[in-house]
Amino acid sequence: MTVRKNQAGLSADEKRHFVAAVLELKRSGRYDAFVTTHNAFILGDTDNGERTGHRSPSFLPWHRRFLLEFERALQSVDATVTLPYWDWSTDRSPRSSLWAPDFLGGTGRSRDGQVTDGPFAASAGNWPISVRVDGRTFLRRQLGANVRELPTRAEVDSVLSMATYDMAPWNSASDGFRNHLEGWRGVNLHNRVHVWVGGQMATGVSPNDPVFWLHHAYIDKLWAEWQRRNPRSGYLPTGGTPNVVDLGETMKPWNDVRPADLLDHTAFYTFDTD
Amino acid sequence: MPELSRRRALGTAAALTAAAAAHTLSAPAASAAPAASHHDSPEPFDEVYKGRRIQGRPASGPMHHHGDGFEVLVDTVPLHVMRNADGTWISVVSHYAPVPTPRAAARAAVDELQGAVLLPFPAN
Repeated sequence: MTVRKNQAGLSADEKRHFVAAVLELKRSGRYDAFVTTHNAFILGDTDNGERTGHRSPSFLPWHRRFLLEFERALQSVDATVTLPYWDWSTDRSPRSSLWAPDFLGGTGRSRDGQVTDGPFAASAGNWPISVRVDGRTFLRRQLGANVRELPTRAEVDSVLSMATYDMAPWNSASDGFRNHLEGWRGVNLHNRVHVWVGGQMATGVSPNDPVFWLHHAYIDKLWAEWQRRNPRSGYLPTGGTPNVVDLGETMKPWNDVRPADLLDHTAFYTFDTD
Repeated sequence: MPELSRRRALGTAAALTAAAAAHTLSAPAASAAPAASHHDSPEPFDEVYKGRRIQGRPASGPMHHHGDGFEVLVDTVPLHVMRNADGTWISVVSHYAPVPTPRAAARAAVDELQGAVLLPFPAN
């Protein structure tokens, strides 16, 4: 059974296996297909039109399925690997072990944002940025430069206490748990972390930075925590909503899975805290 | 870093050309605004920001639905922008940080690019 662990507690061996599997997906071309898919949904999801991956109720189940696909790809390379999560409310410094050279590498240099250490540094030769929106082919980060602070645990708790999953108009203007977790309203959790990391993570091609998966694995864990805290609250809307994925409707690009199929994460994995 | 130097050189050359062109183009763009915009459309703009030409105008291409009929260019390359329900704007190079206007999104993109060329995005 797959257990997703806090990145802060990974052994040196677990980090090595995770990094090697990610690099192998990159080498084979499979990694970049995930970046392409994400950017296509980022560009296509709009507040007043069809919206599936972002700014909509299906933000959470869509990313749960997206991460499952990625985790299965990793496991096809190395069956021992699972997705770790980054609790940024606790590991909130650029000095966190997450950013050490034996794991993701650190922030970018000031001149051009280029990451210069770790396995994903351009200088190591294994991480060309191929799916991109500008001419730069190297991984970039500016940890903490564009927004000073990552969300605090108190801010996370304030969002987890919102009892309604999502509300009309089911977009970036919504009140409720989903949009506050996504960050278009309120204290801003998920969006702010993308901005805090900077570089490609702040763009539509954010999966170019492997921290994308660890960030979203924690967002996914917060969904599970919210369910546990709000056992009588369910996914909304439940039917007949134009442009929005209802509970029983299938989601693009897979077309074979509904939010209803993804509500219970324990069908696929557990967390080290479960 | 020959690759980077070449890109920087290209960026600088484009910026110089744009700076020369902006003087002649900004006035006609501004005067065309009332006829082209509808009540809810942002003001067109055409300026040189940090050495690069940024333009915003009513859209003519196929991407108009994302920017609500408005398009933004950086050194004449289209920048994918999107209007949020609350009227704020984002772009593909600054997707998680809304700003008040498309001009602010264009400026944020120039800040983000640090002189790099923008790549045209595929129509979808």
